[in-house]
Amino acid sequence: MEILLLVQTLNGLQLGILLFLIAAGLTLVFGIMDFINLAHGVQYMIGAYLAATVTLATGSFFLGLLIALPLAFVIGIGFERLVLRHLYDRDHLDQVLATFGIILFLNELVKIIWGPTPIAYPGPALLSGTIPVMDGFGYPVYRLAIIGAGIGVAILLWFLVSRTRAGMLVRAGASNARMVSALGVDIQRLFMLVFGFGAMLAGFAGMMAGPILSVEPGMGDNVLILAFVVIVIGGIGSIRGALVGALVVGLVDTLGRSFLSDILKLFVSPSAANDVGPALASMLIYILMAAILFFRPAGLLPVKSGR
Amino acid sequence: MIKKLLAATCLGAVAMATPATAQDLTVGFMATLTGPAAGLGVHMRDGFLLGVEHAGGNLGGLETEVIVVDDELKPDLAVERANELIERDEIDIFAGVVFSNVMMAVFRPVTEAEIFLVSGNAGPSPIAGRRCSPYFFSISWQNDQNHEVMGAWAEAQGYERVFLMAPNYQAGRDSLTGFQRHFTGEVVDEVYTQLGQLDFSAELARIAAARPDAVFTFMPGGMGVSLVRQFDQAGLKDSVVFLSAFTVDGTTLPATQAAALGLYSASQWTMDLDNAANTRFVEDFVATYDYLPSLYASQGYDAAMLIDSAIRAVGGDLSDKDALRAAFQAADFDSVRGDFAFNTNGFPIQDFYVTQAVQRDDGAIVMQSIDVAFEDFGDAYAADCRL
Repeated sequence: MEILLLVQTLNGLQLGILLFLIAAGLTLVFGIMDFINLAHGVQYMIGAYLAATVTLATGSFFLGLLIALPLAFVIGIGFERLVLRHLYDRDHLDQVLATFGIILFLNELVKIIWGPTPIAYPGPALLSGTIPVMDGFGYPVYRLAIIGAGIGVAILLWFLVSRTRAGMLVRAGASNARMVSALGVDIQRLFMLVFGFGAMLAGFAGMMAGPILSVEPGMGDNVLILAFVVIVIGGIGSIRGALVGALVVGLVDTLGRSFLSDILKLFVSPSAANDVGPALASMLIYILMAAILFFRPAGLLPVKSGR
Repeated sequence: MIKKLLAATCLGAVAMATPATAQDLTVGFMATLTGPAAGLGVHMRDGFLLGVEHAGGNLGGLETEVIVVDDELKPDLAVERANELIERDEIDIFAGVVFSNVMMAVFRPVTEAEIFLVSGNAGPSPIAGRRCSPYFFSISWQNDQNHEVMGAWAEAQGYERVFLMAPNYQAGRDSLTGFQRHFTGEVVDEVYTQLGQLDFSAELARIAAARPDAVFTFMPGGMGVSLVRQFDQAGLKDSVVFLSAFTVDGTTLPATQAAALGLYSASQWTMDLDNAANTRFVEDFVATYDYLPSLYASQGYDAAMLIDSAIRAVGGDLSDKDALRAAFQAADFDSVRGDFAFNTNGFPIQDFYVTQAVQRDDGAIVMQSIDVAFEDFGDAYAADCRL
């Protein structure tokens, strides 16, 4: 039982880390630019497809990462310049419509290029082993590597945001964009870079997730909803909030899926538990979100805004 | 969205130049061709069009136009498209349909218009039982059957403790019910996952902790790809037997590759079935489309062959519905699965095989039949059908 709990906690952490990578970019774009970018999920999908293509062509996962990461960055910037830039001054509904259009467009484009059936690519051979935790069941090293990579990115982000000049501008932009602009900073360019960076992080999450999940059209749509839950829980615009929110969502979701039915079985009949448990488990994070919004409407770690 | 495809374009052009002596045939073919689940529909459509081509572009000797429409896996849209096919295009026969919820939506409008409906895949229980129709024939199976096959086989293999897992929706729950119809051993746990879930790490840890003899699952599409790969990555393949339905098949093998090796499934057709029709089908399919046919492709092909045989039997006379129905019921053609017969409810009575993912000599990973689980197996609902 203790081992199962430990394994499920690791699973929850790993899901949380992936969510953090996606949510970090989303919260920056939402928080700094006040821009709702539904197309953030497709960046995750694009990352996975790019990595799949390069990895399958070269046979090397790391080469795949190395080439796909800058490509994801460039594609993100391309979208910002082509579409999103023209929508900053429009209201949120226009932004939602336009970015939803991008989702539809890219999901179909991916299907035209790579076909409708799921594709897959192997993770690095170096990390293909497992750590035996139960008889006949091993915890894949690769999943631990995802956790490690995510922690690495979190530290890097912390350093960039709180210790560099660019980070200072990003923080300033998050609390009062107009003032930053008035002080002579090219806020357009800053937005563009932040957007590209966010897209790259989401792409990175997709690249890391590819070897364990199936890479298929529309794979970003589900994680997008989760990412929004994460940033709402964590506080919009806050990277620290995104980290905390992502880990909370990852753990609650995974542990709920694992143990809720069993816990319910202590109180109600097994068949009723099997009926209610899965439904309740999938609602758990939304219930959590509602509760957090009730007690802390600005999220767990809100950004102090001057607006 | 509606793609008009003249089956076998060149033949069609020739036929158009000559004055049509016989009556024409218009077939409306519906499949899910967009969205994440489009793979199955694409396979089925390609199989069907190959069948039309093998019939020389003339199903049953009638110059044939196939109108392919996409239901986008939206039942409301499917009804709209079906009505368009019936009223505007005046189709003679309706074929295809991958998903059961789409089938439930189009079943009534099509059969009430007294148009023969040949299902290429979906076989939900209501239309096999009380709501069956004399205008309906299924070339595939009733939904429960493949799950029943796995349950019966698990029983026969003497597996005592089985772990069940399916997505939390109607077909998932039906699947686990179907499995337990012939399985009397202990069900260690019944886990329902979220539909569309792609990370099964939590469930796999539960499986490992429960230590069952076997796990049975129904995870169509991308869910199955993820599950199979993660099952393999966790090293569970060595200690737990993996039984499945619609999870490990020709549409997912290209993605799972070696991770699927050794896993079991159930179906009425595999590529290695040794009969002349199947050999021709597989060879020509690969030559035409450059990928290996799946179960769904074989069903699409058989649907075309069934329509061909029925219309040929009535000499191209589509007006006598009773004669045409009798011709359908006879199933007088060489099916790629071998012999089968139609039950009273229009569903096949056929052999079901236990299949396993194996690597062929040429390196391709395919499903191979390893055991016959049921011979001449009909579905559980035919008794409720009063026809």
